[in-house]
Amino acid sequence: MAESTTDVDQSLLLERMELIRRFETRVGELFADNEIPGFVHLYIGSEAVAVGACSALEESDYITSTHRGHGHALAKGLDPKKMMAELYGRTTGYCNGKGGSMHIADVDAGMLGANGIVAAGTPIGGGAALASQIRGDGDVAVSFLGDGATSNGPYHEALHLAALWDLPQIYVVENNHYGEMTSVHDQHPVSDLVKQADAYDVPGEIVNGQDVEEMYEASQEAVERARDGDGPTVIEAKTYRYKGHYEGDPQWYKENEDLPDWRTADPVETYSEKLIDAGVISEDEYEELGESIEKELDEAVEFAKDSPLPEPDAAYEGLYAEEL
Amino acid sequence: MATTPTVDTDGETEEISVTEALREAMHEEMARDEDVFLQGIDVADRGGSFSVSEGLLDEFGPTRVRDTPISESAIVGTGLGAAAAGMRPVVEIMYSDFMGVAFDQIMNQVALMRYMFGGKLDIPLTIRTVDGGGFSAAAQHSKTLHSLAMHLSGIRVVAVSTPYDAKGLLKSAIRHDDPVFFFEHANVFNKKGEVPVEEYTVPLGEAAVLEEGEDVTVVATQAMLYEAMDAMEQLEGDVDVELISPRTLDPLDIDTIAASVDKTGRAVVVDETPLMAGAQGEIAAQINEEAFWRLDAPVERVGVPNVPIPFSPPLEQEVIPHSGDIVTAIRNTL
Repeated sequence: MAESTTDVDQSLLLERMELIRRFETRVGELFADNEIPGFVHLYIGSEAVAVGACSALEESDYITSTHRGHGHALAKGLDPKKMMAELYGRTTGYCNGKGGSMHIADVDAGMLGANGIVAAGTPIGGGAALASQIRGDGDVAVSFLGDGATSNGPYHEALHLAALWDLPQIYVVENNHYGEMTSVHDQHPVSDLVKQADAYDVPGEIVNGQDVEEMYEASQEAVERARDGDGPTVIEAKTYRYKGHYEGDPQWYKENEDLPDWRTADPVETYSEKLIDAGVISEDEYEELGESIEKELDEAVEFAKDSPLPEPDAAYEGLYAEEL
Repeated sequence: MATTPTVDTDGETEEISVTEALREAMHEEMARDEDVFLQGIDVADRGGSFSVSEGLLDEFGPTRVRDTPISESAIVGTGLGAAAAGMRPVVEIMYSDFMGVAFDQIMNQVALMRYMFGGKLDIPLTIRTVDGGGFSAAAQHSKTLHSLAMHLSGIRVVAVSTPYDAKGLLKSAIRHDDPVFFFEHANVFNKKGEVPVEEYTVPLGEAAVLEEGEDVTVVATQAMLYEAMDAMEQLEGDVDVELISPRTLDPLDIDTIAASVDKTGRAVVVDETPLMAGAQGEIAAQINEEAFWRLDAPVERVGVPNVPIPFSPPLEQEVIPHSGDIVTAIRNTL
């Protein structure tokens, strides 16, 4: 348990997971208080997947995300303030209030967008990988997708093309066991979604998505393979969606016994315990980390609330680069 | 059939086909900018189903001229991703009918990415496709679907008729920092016309007045431009037609069209898309908005009736508009 098998900064892994957990918890509360318009899809329970994968990336690498994208964005280093402002629909948000939760993007940080359409980010990630391959700049692209997205055509087209062209792309299938409001077992003929990779002769690996170090190691290996020109990898991260499909979802479809089982393997709790046991951080330091993140989130919410709402005329801005 | 309208140019010209014009545009843009690459089904070894990209593979190699699998979502989607990552891709959808396969990538991704991301990234992606009927290819290979693309905010739409426009506008499309959907009509590939030997571009968003006239404005796109020219010949000495090619459909240069209607007081809009929610209706509506009080008659629309394109030649020729339909529409306005 306490042995360190990884070259990564373990404290940083924990810090990023804590940030995601607390950001998401806060967003859930704010949404319940009608502070945030629209609807939000929370990532709670899967923090280790995003953090493990993104920690294997450089800043210039790319990711594409899903409609459950806050975790990926934070793991890729996006600013919680600008994310919160976007959730509030403010001009200071990443998309100036044009995108909201499902479309947060920061191309400068290599984050090519959360995406409201299931699987749609996979060919886009393939394009970023293709650009990198053509230029020979060594960047890779990680495309996150949910278990539900593996039944969607663009994923298979993207994976097929990436396999054919040896694109430097990694597909991280987050099997959180529910696609929208249907169990993964009722949506897929295979029990392990990674089997689909066999059809394209792409290496596939099942990873415990509740274990951030295991996720990091697998991602690191896939990233190296991609950078070496050996093509894509599919990682199926077995994880769990604590929350509903969307906030407010009564989750009538969830089996009651599911949740406690998975909570015993909570990625954030188990990892914090591990690092405390190993003496990587002290209990006091861990508590301080939580407090400092809460303070950061207070500031993020304050920043969002203090930021101006867009003027209605701004609805007509930003559609084209070149006015004709 | 009438010949292609002549080009006003001081310099030397050469007579080439639309296919050759598109090929020259691709050659020139790939030579001037190494970020430009082409991908699509059979575009490399085969040179494209309509031979537009013949020779590009030899000159630019397989990294920049890429044969893809039959995966339209991936063709468009990876083009989009590459554009977002700073390349300047040209992707080909073999027939516009196949847009359907890639339509989420077109409608929800290409069209929206810049806007939904707060206007913070350029998407210099060109999507080339072929539309038009007349070859007994039946309903899945004969549609004319630029109206569908016009419906999407965030994508520019070009539909050309002449070699001059084809070359100049494809070059502009490739250099443009927004997505451009470039429709090449199967029935104009072989049309020949004069094109400057010197480097030139045609700007997006500007219609061309090809023939001046006093009695009626005819706005005609793609192959319908040639049908309209036939109609003009049939009416010569009787009706004085002003002929306009919009060239870019989104944005539409309504100023040029409305100025013409101001003069003539009559308008006929001819386009091969289905009439229901077609480009003709949009152009007619904008003419109404801009020049209603100068109109002496309702704007006439000519297009494909609201049926799929049938296979058998007499059926197909029935639904695709011809010069006779345009003559009838012009006479209806008089």
